[in-house]
Amino acid sequence: MTNSHPVSGSPDKEPATEPALAEAAGADRATTMTAPRRPEEPRPSLGRLFLDNLWAANTVTVTVLSLLLAMLIGAILIIVSDPEVLATYGYLTARPADAVTSSWAVVSEAYANLFKGAVFDPEASGFTAALSPISETLTYTAPLVFTGLSVALAFRGGLFNIGAQGQATIGVILAAVAGFALPLPPVVHLLVALLAGAVGGAVWGFVPGILKARAGAHEVINTIMLNYVAVYFLSWIIVQSGVQSPGRADAISKPVDPSAQLPRLLGDNLRVHAGILLAVLATWFVAWLLNRSTLGFELRAVGANPDAARTAGISITKTYVLVMVIAGVLAGLGGSQMVLGTTATALTPLVVAQIGFDGILVALLGRVKPWGVLLAALLFGALQAGGNRMQSYSGISLELVTVLQALIVIFIAAPALVKAIFQLRAARAARLQTSLAKGW
Amino acid sequence: MEPGEIHALLGENGAGKSTLMNVLYGLYQPDEGEILVDGRALKLRGPSDAIAAGIGMVHQHFMLVPVFTVAENIMLGAEQVRGGIAGFLDRRRARREVAEVSERYNLRVDPDAIVEDLPVGIQQRVEIVKALTRDVDLLILDEPTAVLTPQETEELLTVMRSLKAAGKSIVFITHKLGEVKAIADRITVIRRGKTVGTASPEASRDELAALMVGRSVRLTVDKQPATPGKPILQVAGLVVDDDRQCRVVDGVDLTVRAGEVLGIAGVQGNGQTELIEAIMGLRPTLAGSVTLDGEQIHGWSTKKVLRAGVGYVPEDRSVDGLVKEFSVAENLVLDIYDRPPFGKGLALRPDAIARSARERIAQFDVRTSSAEAPVGTLSGGNQQKVIVARELSRPLKLFIAAQPTRGVDVGSIEFIHSRVIRERDVGTAVMVVSSELDEVIGLADRIAVMYRGRIIGIVGPDTPREEIGLLMAGITPDRAGTTPTGDTPAVAPEIPGNEDTE
Repeated sequence: MTNSHPVSGSPDKEPATEPALAEAAGADRATTMTAPRRPEEPRPSLGRLFLDNLWAANTVTVTVLSLLLAMLIGAILIIVSDPEVLATYGYLTARPADAVTSSWAVVSEAYANLFKGAVFDPEASGFTAALSPISETLTYTAPLVFTGLSVALAFRGGLFNIGAQGQATIGVILAAVAGFALPLPPVVHLLVALLAGAVGGAVWGFVPGILKARAGAHEVINTIMLNYVAVYFLSWIIVQSGVQSPGRADAISKPVDPSAQLPRLLGDNLRVHAGILLAVLATWFVAWLLNRSTLGFELRAVGANPDAARTAGISITKTYVLVMVIAGVLAGLGGSQMVLGTTATALTPLVVAQIGFDGILVALLGRVKPWGVLLAALLFGALQAGGNRMQSYSGISLELVTVLQALIVIFIAAPALVKAIFQLRAARAARLQTSLAKGW
Repeated sequence: MEPGEIHALLGENGAGKSTLMNVLYGLYQPDEGEILVDGRALKLRGPSDAIAAGIGMVHQHFMLVPVFTVAENIMLGAEQVRGGIAGFLDRRRARREVAEVSERYNLRVDPDAIVEDLPVGIQQRVEIVKALTRDVDLLILDEPTAVLTPQETEELLTVMRSLKAAGKSIVFITHKLGEVKAIADRITVIRRGKTVGTASPEASRDELAALMVGRSVRLTVDKQPATPGKPILQVAGLVVDDDRQCRVVDGVDLTVRAGEVLGIAGVQGNGQTELIEAIMGLRPTLAGSVTLDGEQIHGWSTKKVLRAGVGYVPEDRSVDGLVKEFSVAENLVLDIYDRPPFGKGLALRPDAIARSARERIAQFDVRTSSAEAPVGTLSGGNQQKVIVARELSRPLKLFIAAQPTRGVDVGSIEFIHSRVIRERDVGTAVMVVSSELDEVIGLADRIAVMYRGRIIGIVGPDTPREEIGLLMAGITPDRAGTTPTGDTPAVAPEIPGNEDTE
């Protein structure tokens, strides 16, 4: 919520146990409130605080350990799915070294390729090759930031937006149509196409928003249903004349004009495009909206306690509708990038991939905080980019990446589990859990 | 604790009463010290150990499953099973046990009633029966009267006496002095986690209150006679339904003048809540009119009503009054966040919000570790002060306070009352709704008694309690002994300036 860290900067201070709180309240009673802060025990050094918090179950620690646990399980899956390595376990008792070395070889090679594909390849020579992994990662990251923000924003407003996928789908359709049907000059064309994508998402967010606000229809059900409508609308519109690419029999639309495409950032050989800049801008905007705007205040109040918000004169109807419209705009922009960026230039039935659903995971992994979402999207983007290389170099199926993503989120959603496995000191874990369990 | 003794545990909110009892019941583990039962030190690892040791507890918030019947709730946790491995629930035996216990202690409950249909007082009785079926010797009642009407409280006290007669010991936690004096054999006062004194019930109210808060407090509200001005709020023929479409406000007429406090007395559930919600624009009105300073305000949005100069302290602070996850500072601007200086256009002004929060915290003596602390970490009294501070921090024409001191410690009650009177003295029309008769009598310049959706009488604050009590029960003096059909005219107004609109 707000930057509610006490001056001492120790996150451990806030979630005190009940008796401690009572004691603190009692202690405060003794001092007058005019004194800014009562004298405290000498402040521990920054290094000490860091060490103390490292093993406490705080957000970062839990996230890193979840990643580790997921990779551990992933390693087991890699071993099990490789028949040659599995064969060495057949004579484990006779020559255990075989099993260990072959397992290590296959797992380390897989993860090395994951890293090389996502971050940096030390063997790469030349500017383009060295930057290629990062470029790939950012290309995958950009749309995920948008859909992640869409889900996170709705979540803070008390709504579970499962519909980012549908909103992104309608967004991509409108953006693509605007991109190839309107003859406009370069910069204007891109802006119009993005706007079209945003409007598409907004409409698809507005519908469940108004249904929730006026009729009390549950947004989870409505957004899921609208996802289907959007997906089949996409399959239908691709093959309509005027949309379908002339001379093609399969489901593919005309390509978006170059004038409507997002500019590439690092030359023609690298895929990273201006979408990632928009993503950072959007993150900043959502962070401002949530914490520094009156609308964000209403949204958080409605999300946390609709009754109190209503009693304080905040219109719940208006807030729900606005939240869903803004969430839709974000998802729609994310979808637009799938044709305006470098991933594809034409509509196909699978053009939006899974960005809407991945957005839910990104939002949860990012603890429904804007900058957290950006980091989570970066991780997911890196896993995707690295997964591609892992598949082509190590022959490990890309689905392993999906499994890793799912496992990470499961561990994040069950901080108690991570805590128990690593025997962490209890700190903020309980809070995490409630923050994720709430939307229902 | 002696057998057959009622021991009252008295203390302010947040003094540590509930925590102590939760330790006794095995819910919390003690950091130090030990618990002796019959001279033996006891280590309680959970409530089941406590029950085995003969300790039962009735929580402030009931631990019942609303959709289960009374008998099912009572056997919950100690299910009787028959049919060997098949494990059928033995409902008949559970019902018989319930009947037996009810009979023995004269606690009438219907074993087949669904719990959510029962009034709060009966639900509490179910909790007591549940504890008794576990064969406990020591019963802990955690603020049992906080949720009860005066009649139900009286019945509870009777039940406690009969339990005492049956040799059970009772620990009675409360911060209401009157009840303590009425029933306790021995009183222990706790303050800030320490025992500060033991007293006998003969001790005067003032002595007990002083022990509780650590200084002497005035229980009566200190105020000058009111100087009522022009009518500010006029309600005429108001009709309101509750959520289940039952008519709960049925033609209410009332007037609140500038500079006076109109108290609304009545047993809870006689339409007070809905009346206030209708005035605030939180609930649709079906007929009648509400006028604020000459302007028709019914049908307005809550925001518009608040903007028109109405301050509102809702009845249930944790549900309607505060966003617990929000900081104290944010809660202090919950209904003015978009007004200058706190909001400008779409932007919030965090510095202005923080500055005003520091001022309010000092002015209203809110005890919090910082303005950024989540309001849910504050004690009940301080949470209430946050609401009062918020509502009294802007110019008001009308101030409506519903149950302003429910679940609030004595020190905070005193403070909140003085603030209400101060608001009256600057010329605001004040309306106080409370189920505590003492509070209404202490604050009000005129008392309207509400019964079954109507105002059945408007009396002065000097009216004898008994008379008001009778009105609350729906018995008007001229028809004593009969229950009014509902269209009984109000008793003669005793205070000048009480011309109810038609």
